[in-house]
Amino acid sequence: MRFTLVVGLLAGALAVAMTVALGVGAVQVPPAEVWGIVGHRLGLPWPAEVSWTRARETIIFDVRAPRVLLGAVCGAGLAAVGTAMQALVRNPLADPYLLGVSSGASFGAVTMIVLGTTLFGTRGSLPLAAFAGALAAMVLVFAAARAGGGVSSLRLVLAGVGVASVFAALTSFLLLTAERGNEAREVLSWTLGGLGGVGWDTLWLPLAVLVAASVFLMTQARNLNLLLAGEEAAATMGLAVGAFRVRMFVLLSLVTGVLVSAAGPIGFVGLMAPHAVRVLVGGDHRRVMPAAILGGAIFLVLADVAARTISAPQEIPVGVLTALCGGPFFLWLMRRGSRRAEGGAAL
Amino acid sequence: MNDAYGTSPAGRLDVDGVSLSAGTFRIVRDLSLTAAPGEVVGLVGPNGSGKSTLLRSVYRVVRPAAGRVSVDGQDAWSIGSRSYARMVAAVVQEAASVEGDLTVREVVAMGRTPYKRLLDGETPDDRRAMTTALDGVGAAHLTHRTFTHLSGGEKQRVLIARALAQRPALLVLDEPTNHLDIRHQLDVLALLRRLPATVLLALHDLNLAAAFCDRMYVLKAGQVAASGPPAEVLTPALISEVYGVASEVAVHPRTGTPQVTYLT
Repeated sequence: MRFTLVVGLLAGALAVAMTVALGVGAVQVPPAEVWGIVGHRLGLPWPAEVSWTRARETIIFDVRAPRVLLGAVCGAGLAAVGTAMQALVRNPLADPYLLGVSSGASFGAVTMIVLGTTLFGTRGSLPLAAFAGALAAMVLVFAAARAGGGVSSLRLVLAGVGVASVFAALTSFLLLTAERGNEAREVLSWTLGGLGGVGWDTLWLPLAVLVAASVFLMTQARNLNLLLAGEEAAATMGLAVGAFRVRMFVLLSLVTGVLVSAAGPIGFVGLMAPHAVRVLVGGDHRRVMPAAILGGAIFLVLADVAARTISAPQEIPVGVLTALCGGPFFLWLMRRGSRRAEGGAAL
Repeated sequence: MNDAYGTSPAGRLDVDGVSLSAGTFRIVRDLSLTAAPGEVVGLVGPNGSGKSTLLRSVYRVVRPAAGRVSVDGQDAWSIGSRSYARMVAAVVQEAASVEGDLTVREVVAMGRTPYKRLLDGETPDDRRAMTTALDGVGAAHLTHRTFTHLSGGEKQRVLIARALAQRPALLVLDEPTNHLDIRHQLDVLALLRRLPATVLLALHDLNLAAAFCDRMYVLKAGQVAASGPPAEVLTPALISEVYGVASEVAVHPRTGTPQVTYLT
């Protein structure tokens, strides 16, 4: 079956991309050794003997592996969120970054950092604050777009732009007026979206949230399909649209919040991944969702390789690179949308 | 017991003293309407007379401020939307656009959703329902086409197939002939007449309504101005009262249906 083949190929491509990402850097490590080290550290029976230096093992497993995995998790999560959002607002231009949800999450996280307040210790409070910010942004966008009756997609996207600007401005304000200058600069680079400097300990929460959210979203694939037919039509096919939307908003905010608190706001992955895989598997969410999750992971892992190597030893925040690809893609989509404009639903 | 389409043979609709509002504005007041199992019932009336709003209450999107909508004795709002979707399907006006590049098959598969639990796959019964629905509307050859690439008439037939895949006892359609050329209008209406389900539809064209409906309701300002078989309902007096248009009504010698000619 075509879909099985596509998913198989994507999974294979992800494995290759991650191997490359683990091997590439100031110290180049060949694929066989990469897998040897990973297998060894995971306690697998293969390889039988250690043929590499301790330093290399540390570089691969303690420095690069968490970073590569976080890239895969963020890419997958953003793609899942983008896929679901595009169905929820019935607009192919939706993306957590473009609708201001990521900006809301950053604002939440930055507020927490700058004010230095911690609710449950830093590790727990950051994602929570980001979640709250993301949810606030999502509700604001939706309320603004909804004012005066039904939700039009055009209004929704415009509301997203407005909310994103406000949260971005608030974040800048907080950073520029923060007393501790050095810390602010660190945070500023984080707001550009980057995967650097993560360890295994920061990986678990995003990974757990991604797995849970992906499973849930795949169970909701049929309902996401129904929304493509419009809210009323979806209701006539048995979907309680209002309750469904609230559930999804909370879930998508949670995923976005957790991912942003781990890696900063990385844009456009959620926009590009679903579109790219739709070319391969069509528009049915039962197939788009798993394929987009894999596609997003591949894309961000490779983007991070580029971010690390293009001007090595200087690192570019990966969010800058995804925006470089995503911005033109967005414009292309918009032009295509206005050419095809059908039923007034697309921009 | 199910027939060839798998629809259940019942499908009695009772709209009982229903009032519907949008905001503070009352669009439909104290309106009653029935449709017997298997009947094709037409809803006509000027723009803003409440046709669409009434239909929306029948397909359970607008909740009545007063009164009751029930199908086969079951109150629409006392059962969940999933259960209701197994009895009543609709082709709504906005549905002419389905976003995303879904194939016809995927669009029709949506109609099976009310029968599905979280991770259920497609069963042979689902496939049967989908095939029968597509055959029924003469769109089997479109199965693997992309929905957005179809013509207006083809889309409308596919959307009816999607509704049929729900195996409804009652099918509600809001101006299903909108934007269709005359050939496709006739095709769609003839198709609806062949269906085993009860059909309630809003139409603009009085002549088409007269030709294809068993009974019709004429709405004016949210109330029923007249109801009954087309031959009894369509009179110059009524048309003048409801639409403010002078007309002559004659029975066509060959088809035997009343035919309205507008005198302008």
